[in-house]
Amino acid sequence: MKRIFRAAWIRTSALAVLLVAGGLPTAHAQLTIKITSGVTHPVPIAVVPFAESPGDPVNVADVVQHDLVGSGRFSALARTQMPAAPNHAAQVVFAQWKSTGIDYLVVGRVVPLGGGQVAVDFNLLNVLTGQSVVRKRFSGPPAVLRNAAHRVSDAIYQAITGIRGAFDTRIAYVAVVGQGATQRFQLVIADADGYNQHLILESRFPIMSPVWSPNGKWLAYVSFEDHLSAVYLQRVQTGQRYRVSARAGENGSPSFSPNGQELALTLSGASGYPQIYVLDLHSRQLTRITHTPAINTSAVWAPDGQSLYFTSDRAGSPQIYRKSLAPGSLPQRITFTDSYNAGPRISPDGKLLAMVTRDNGKYCIAVQDLGSGAFRVLTRGPLDSTPSFAPNSATIIYSERPNPNGGAILATVSVDGLTGMTLKPAQGAVQNPTWGPFPQQ
Amino acid sequence: MRRILTVMVLTAALGLGACASKPVKPAASQSSGAAGAGAESAGAGAGAGAGEGSLGNQHSVPGPQQGLLADRTIHFSFNSAVIEGRGIQIVAAHAKYLSDHPNARVRLEGNTDDRGSPEYNIGLGMRRAQSVRQAMLLQGVSPNQITVVSYGEERPVDPANNSVAWAKNRRVDIVYLTPTQPAQ
Repeated sequence: MKRIFRAAWIRTSALAVLLVAGGLPTAHAQLTIKITSGVTHPVPIAVVPFAESPGDPVNVADVVQHDLVGSGRFSALARTQMPAAPNHAAQVVFAQWKSTGIDYLVVGRVVPLGGGQVAVDFNLLNVLTGQSVVRKRFSGPPAVLRNAAHRVSDAIYQAITGIRGAFDTRIAYVAVVGQGATQRFQLVIADADGYNQHLILESRFPIMSPVWSPNGKWLAYVSFEDHLSAVYLQRVQTGQRYRVSARAGENGSPSFSPNGQELALTLSGASGYPQIYVLDLHSRQLTRITHTPAINTSAVWAPDGQSLYFTSDRAGSPQIYRKSLAPGSLPQRITFTDSYNAGPRISPDGKLLAMVTRDNGKYCIAVQDLGSGAFRVLTRGPLDSTPSFAPNSATIIYSERPNPNGGAILATVSVDGLTGMTLKPAQGAVQNPTWGPFPQQ
Repeated sequence: MRRILTVMVLTAALGLGACASKPVKPAASQSSGAAGAGAESAGAGAGAGAGEGSLGNQHSVPGPQQGLLADRTIHFSFNSAVIEGRGIQIVAAHAKYLSDHPNARVRLEGNTDDRGSPEYNIGLGMRRAQSVRQAMLLQGVSPNQITVVSYGEERPVDPANNSVAWAKNRRVDIVYLTPTQPAQ
């Protein structure tokens, strides 16, 4: 991808925006996390504080416990209830822990390796059998200690639930701060738990529809600088950005193909209806996909890259359609439940379609099983939108407006609808969340 | 009734026009640098010192102020792009002004309430802006006097989550461009 963009696109910058190049500044508005629902019988676990040096920037056990409890599938033993504070499996007296009612115990330590590196060692123990379930070491500079802690969470989550964890991943979203003439739109990236926020772009004009490239190195988004919509690609680490579409009318709704070489997007032209196109990022060739006098937008790729799912109101109300990219293929309507289904997202495993649906007058997040067609409303609304799947296909992040006069906040829901949490800023609104891919090894 | 019929005809014309529309071309013929990919210049100038839109500086709104011309907002029903009631008169007044002043230029900003998909709402806002544009073209305004943008739900005049606010937010704002502002 790097090779392509260097040669093919003209780099842009605009004085109307704060463009972040080089080191990423830290955004200041922390998100407060609140668990809103969990499974009826969460797995009881104890995460014993890790042995750490006083100068370590992150309390690993805090992060791990926060991840696991936040998933809604674990309950953590309070530290005050812990009978001991072991850091090695050899120090554990299992009889002491059985009486606390926990099934699993996590022990570990942060070890200096020299050369500025540290290692996180952990061991997940089954309290009933006394056996080690999984033990690993993650190492790196202290700056990535928080990521290492998330990897510990990922390994524990996978060992116990069978689902790959997505704690060591990132999200991007749009924060809206201030009002009127001082209103600012900020494109922010953060860890999946809302920490480590970094400002990518700030503008007094709207920013919307951010999406990650499959390798997690780029964001594509829509920005309305100087009252014109345009689609930009921006390299997350360096801030370099490229305006890839700034035609008359709408330039919107970008989505990377699974191989990262193409971008689906919506263009209206000066006088027409929004239509879906595919832009080849290498050749810059533009291929028109839809041809109906209706709104066609929000295209996303099937994981195999062979078809696009999109919103269209060609039949009156907005519904989700699929169109194979094979020549001569006709679009096929996918959703039939309710009179409003829009903003499709396909789970990375290809099994589920998520969307915003209107359910009894409320706008909610729903999923449809692409195999069986089963349709399930996951959230209660009334103003939910912009679902985005975690890379493990197990959780959806979306925006909601729970208060009559409040702006949007972020929320998550598991695809079975059982667990969820909210991520809320102290001030302003946060919206348009999009979940990044698994980190590259 | 006659006005309603006119609007229906305009809406139908919009539909037919779009049927026949060709694939989008880069706006290379327009006066500014914001053309298609590759042809564009680095956009530094585009963002600098541009005027505010309908939000923001209400104190020095450019453009005519007499009578109906002071009214720059056309409101719409839920999920509708049909110009109705007072909106018809507002559009007609501005269309007359624009056809009488060929050097005057406007940007039509389509907006929606904040329910549902933001990307679909961009489409709905665009449909509203196009509805006003078509009405103006049929009343003698030149296409190069009008540029359109849809902000969808991103720029509400009232951020509350209730039906009163939603009705205010479903609108097209007519923004007169000063001579120094790029139309495109």
